[in-house]
Amino acid sequence: MTATAQAARTDAAKPATRAGIRWPRRNPWRHPWILESFTWLYLIWSLVPIVLAVLFSFNNGKSQAIWQGFSWRWYFTDQVNSVAHDPVLQLAVLQTLKLSAYTTVIAIPLGVTFALGIHRWRGITSASFNFVMLLSFVIPELIFGVAMFFVFTSLFSGIGLGTLSETLALVTWNVSWPAVIVQARLATIGNSYSEAAADLGCTPFQTVRRVMLPLLAPAIFASAVLVFSTVIDDFVIVDLLSNNAANTPMSVYIYSQQHGGNGGPALNALGTIMLVMSFIIAILGYFGYRLMTRGERGTSTTAALTTIAGGT
Amino acid sequence: MLAAPGIIWLALLFIVPFYDVLAIGAGHLNLLTGQPIAVYNPAGWSTANLAGTWHTIFGASAYLLPLIWRTVWYTAAAAALCLLIGYPAAYFVARFAGRRKALFLVLLIAPFWISFMMRMLAWIDLLQTNGYINKVLGYVGLPQVDWLGGRWYTVVLGLVYGYIPYLILVLYAGLDRIDGSLLEAGRDLGLGRARTFMRVTLPLSRQPIMTGMLITVLPMLGDYFTNQLLSGTTGTTMIGNQIDTQLGTQGFEGQGAVLSLLLLLVLVVPMAYYVRATARSAREAA
Repeated sequence: MTATAQAARTDAAKPATRAGIRWPRRNPWRHPWILESFTWLYLIWSLVPIVLAVLFSFNNGKSQAIWQGFSWRWYFTDQVNSVAHDPVLQLAVLQTLKLSAYTTVIAIPLGVTFALGIHRWRGITSASFNFVMLLSFVIPELIFGVAMFFVFTSLFSGIGLGTLSETLALVTWNVSWPAVIVQARLATIGNSYSEAAADLGCTPFQTVRRVMLPLLAPAIFASAVLVFSTVIDDFVIVDLLSNNAANTPMSVYIYSQQHGGNGGPALNALGTIMLVMSFIIAILGYFGYRLMTRGERGTSTTAALTTIAGGT
Repeated sequence: MLAAPGIIWLALLFIVPFYDVLAIGAGHLNLLTGQPIAVYNPAGWSTANLAGTWHTIFGASAYLLPLIWRTVWYTAAAAALCLLIGYPAAYFVARFAGRRKALFLVLLIAPFWISFMMRMLAWIDLLQTNGYINKVLGYVGLPQVDWLGGRWYTVVLGLVYGYIPYLILVLYAGLDRIDGSLLEAGRDLGLGRARTFMRVTLPLSRQPIMTGMLITVLPMLGDYFTNQLLSGTTGTTMIGNQIDTQLGTQGFEGQGAVLSLLLLLVLVVPMAYYVRATARSAREAA
């Protein structure tokens, strides 16, 4: 049906309007074109600069503002300043990967056991530690980073700054992802499975191992994806806890160079590498999550997308 | 029993560190090395650092007060803009995107997977004096602007750009949860589009707006890198820069500790509100 025909029909319905009731004059279910254009404008503003920044990592010149032709020089071909040849840049890439891997490996079991233990434990201790755990979602990262900086330079000065303290701090900061996502999943599963397992003679350990962990697998997987990618992007904590080139990840390197007036397309190349890493994780995470929740009720593309982005 | 490792971890690496900040803030300086000395016994606490910080905020040569006001107004402006831009976009995707919802959602959450530094780098590229923004201005015949030379609007833009994805995701999730039949009921009862929005959708989205604002405002208050990258001059420093600088200045670590605790103190109530609100909505969803 054409728009005019629709309008004619709404007009035809008008004479039936009784006094006292105001009917909407136009079709109330029409498509909101203004709102849609606004959304597209927002998306362009949000994403086009990134595309340009990626483009400038292929710039055949030293400028981050003027396009001088395509080249791979900041990735491979430049014998001194490219990511493939500058040892400092390589260290930065390596450190980011290391921190992401270490943090994920420690934070996931820690968060999952925390969620399992706290799930049916109603008490002041569990409630207050759950509160502390949730704080990491809202406490400004700087305040948390300051606490980490002081504790590793004074009370736990044996640890000092560097990879170990970075990992410990990042685990504390990110343990809330598995803890929250697994708790949410536990709430949806309910208690019937674990009770049935206990009735059938499972020990508590067997219940967790044989029943709960398989049921929790998608949640654990989603939180691992989130922790890994959050650590790739993390800046404040590692900025405060890194003290030399060997423990400086990409984000901190980009910041210190750009801020120190040493900007250049090599930084864009580094940023692009971070972006590609995150996107690979995101895509793997999305399809992995879809695969694991296949056949479950209430799973949809949009639900899986928001879960992977941390919108529980 | 299962929760024990997590609880011990949080106690040692979340609660103890904050006590340590307190001990440093209430401690004193080693006069020989200039290192801060933490005092763990409350009986030995000194107020020297607190007094020093107080002096910089309210004293005769107070340089911190203008900085606090600047932080507040940058954050307020950026948060308001985030809401003005973010709400319509989230509203459209949650309500009207139809079959293209997944596509819109992918585009909305894409910034989550792009590092903050890369996103700042993108604007640094565009806003340079010979960058594309100034080129466009030149074509149109407008005067060129030194965007990165310490402009407040560049910093506010950076804050909006940096934190708006978090707000949009919270708003989207909240708006998406609104039962469509409530809106239909509004229409059936004779409300027009605008009034359905005002009377039904907006009141129902109060909670997501509150939590979404908190999740953008709180990190903005601790931001010290956005303005460093996009301006780098002392004319745009915020409270976060002060804490960051004091942390790296010998003899001032104690005052940095006090300042970050004061900031924490101010933010405790909104933080607790956020945690309770999310815990409640998680319970309701279950």
